[in-house]
Amino acid sequence: MVADMGGTAALPRRNGELVFEAPWESQAFGLAIALYERGYYDWEEFRGRLISEIGDWERAEEDEREVWDYYRRWLASFEALVKDRGLLSEQEIEERTSEFVSGARDDDHHH
Amino acid sequence: MSDSYPASEAEISARAKALESLLVEKGLIGTDAIDKAAGAYESDIGPMVGAKVVARAWSDPGFKEQLLEDASAACARLDVGGMQGEHMVAVENSEQVHNVVVCTLCSCYPWPVLGLPPNWYKYPQYRSRTVMEPRKVLKEEFGLDVDESVDIRVWDSSAEIRYLVLPERPEGTEGMSEEELASLVTRDSMIGVGKPRTPEG
Repeated sequence: MVADMGGTAALPRRNGELVFEAPWESQAFGLAIALYERGYYDWEEFRGRLISEIGDWERAEEDEREVWDYYRRWLASFEALVKDRGLLSEQEIEERTSEFVSGARDDDHHH
Repeated sequence: MSDSYPASEAEISARAKALESLLVEKGLIGTDAIDKAAGAYESDIGPMVGAKVVARAWSDPGFKEQLLEDASAACARLDVGGMQGEHMVAVENSEQVHNVVVCTLCSCYPWPVLGLPPNWYKYPQYRSRTVMEPRKVLKEEFGLDVDESVDIRVWDSSAEIRYLVLPERPEGTEGMSEEELASLVTRDSMIGVGKPRTPEG
């Protein structure tokens, strides 16, 4: 069910709740699924990383960790897996991220 | 890497964009792969699927028996299955027992029947408090008053087992069709933090 919130900015809701709260969350979610579906890793492997990533957060001192955010932990797990597999390097991720932050690169993808 | 992960919303959003654009550029994923993957969970897969499973169990004793015995197999009979749908276990509510599901380590959740978990389910506080004081959490956080005479069982979902609560069929629903019954089943009732709707509303 997609509730009509008026206009193209509407986000899909179910039971009155957002499935994703920001476009990057659905992007993070979709990335992990898409690469799994292409066979780059087993789903359990991704899940295992997510579990340990969340475990790290829980074990960190309260004043030293960032605010709880499930999809941040998700994206961090995905990124670590992609780097371990040699699919992307830290350097190219950093560079590309800076380009998006500075606006040198446009959001060419619609979510 | 929790400590070093980008903090601002703008940075994290840029990082997600960077990952996608690099992976697309290298041909590792298609340009529409993400929209497809995320879109399925935004429109096709969700608690309405689980509601159908519950409604069938309420209507068909044979199916219910199979659901309680092997939920994944029973769901497969209804063409319900897929990622994170393996090893599903259905736990039945009764006059004596109320079941509620949490996840202790990550957000283990049966996607094919419930879709993606709601935000509160993913909070560490939900599971830690529910495990310690389920009756209080159900009452204070979810407005669900479980009678003192009813046992509350808390189930930890994990990668090995993902739980689905089979709520009690509401009274006054005799003669309702499966479709009508399914409309009474809420997501929260299948997690165990709520009850199904009643025919009166």
